[in-house]
Amino acid sequence: MADPHMGFVIAAYAVAAATIAAMIGAVVVDGRRLDAQMARAARALEAARLGARDAGGR
Amino acid sequence: MANLANPTVFVDLSRRVLPWLAAATAALFALGLFLSFAAPPDYQQGETVKIMYLHVPAAWMATFIYAVMVAASLGTLVWRHPLADAAQKAAAPLGAGFTFICLATGSLWGKPMWGTYWVWDARLTSVLVLFILYLGLIALWRAIDDPSRAARAAAILTLVGAVDLPIIKFSVDWWNTLHQPASVFRLGGPTIAPSLLVPLIVMSLAFTCLFLTLHLMAIRNEILRRRIARATMLAAADGDRLKPEFAPRGA
Repeated sequence: MADPHMGFVIAAYAVAAATIAAMIGAVVVDGRRLDAQMARAARALEAARLGARDAGGR
Repeated sequence: MANLANPTVFVDLSRRVLPWLAAATAALFALGLFLSFAAPPDYQQGETVKIMYLHVPAAWMATFIYAVMVAASLGTLVWRHPLADAAQKAAAPLGAGFTFICLATGSLWGKPMWGTYWVWDARLTSVLVLFILYLGLIALWRAIDDPSRAARAAAILTLVGAVDLPIIKFSVDWWNTLHQPASVFRLGGPTIAPSLLVPLIVMSLAFTCLFLTLHLMAIRNEILRRRIARATMLAAADGDRLKPEFAPRGA
């Protein structure tokens, strides 16, 4: 392993690991953010429908 | 297969498949990295040949993902498949990521072997064009607000950019390049020794599983983004009670 170019090998693996971690992180974080938004939007839709029904019943 | 056109069926299926795909990806990466570092050094390149186990699978994924996007673009324009544009949009950032790994690791391999990080050789330049195409497609999706117009524009650009794929593949045959010609997918079989080929194949399978996992997750995210937009519009129509924070970003 005493290769004079070992630094290039380590740098290549570090760049690849960082890029893969960034891709995984971006997809996972986006998914969690969208799950939270979906839950809020579903609650808002339910509230809007209840409000519209109440207003129609008066 | 026709059932997969239904986003609800697709989301349910992906939820069941994803844990297995993620586990297969992790296992293949563990095995591939072990085999890569256990593989003998090349008689000419020494330990720098280990960069091949990242560079070559990333290069294959860069072109494979673009081919997936071409198929998805045909799905959007010809067959009007409801998930085709979601698949195309979800694949572009992943393609850009793998192409970046290919370019960066190739550059780090080129310096000790060729004496330079970069040369305007036909193979390197055509892969750089592919990277720019991916960035252009991501920008196009973000620039057009109407998703159906964005999908059509992105599909047309993807199909036009497909001309780069045969240029990448055959650039080493058509022009006199510093980059070596094909040594795995070639008539007459691979020229790489089995002790180096096996880790390369395992790492390629790991990269493919990683792409499939992330692509399924990203398509699911796209479906969710559209559901949020629809729920927001329905709520606004029902009672106009929505706060601005419910509006989806980047849809």
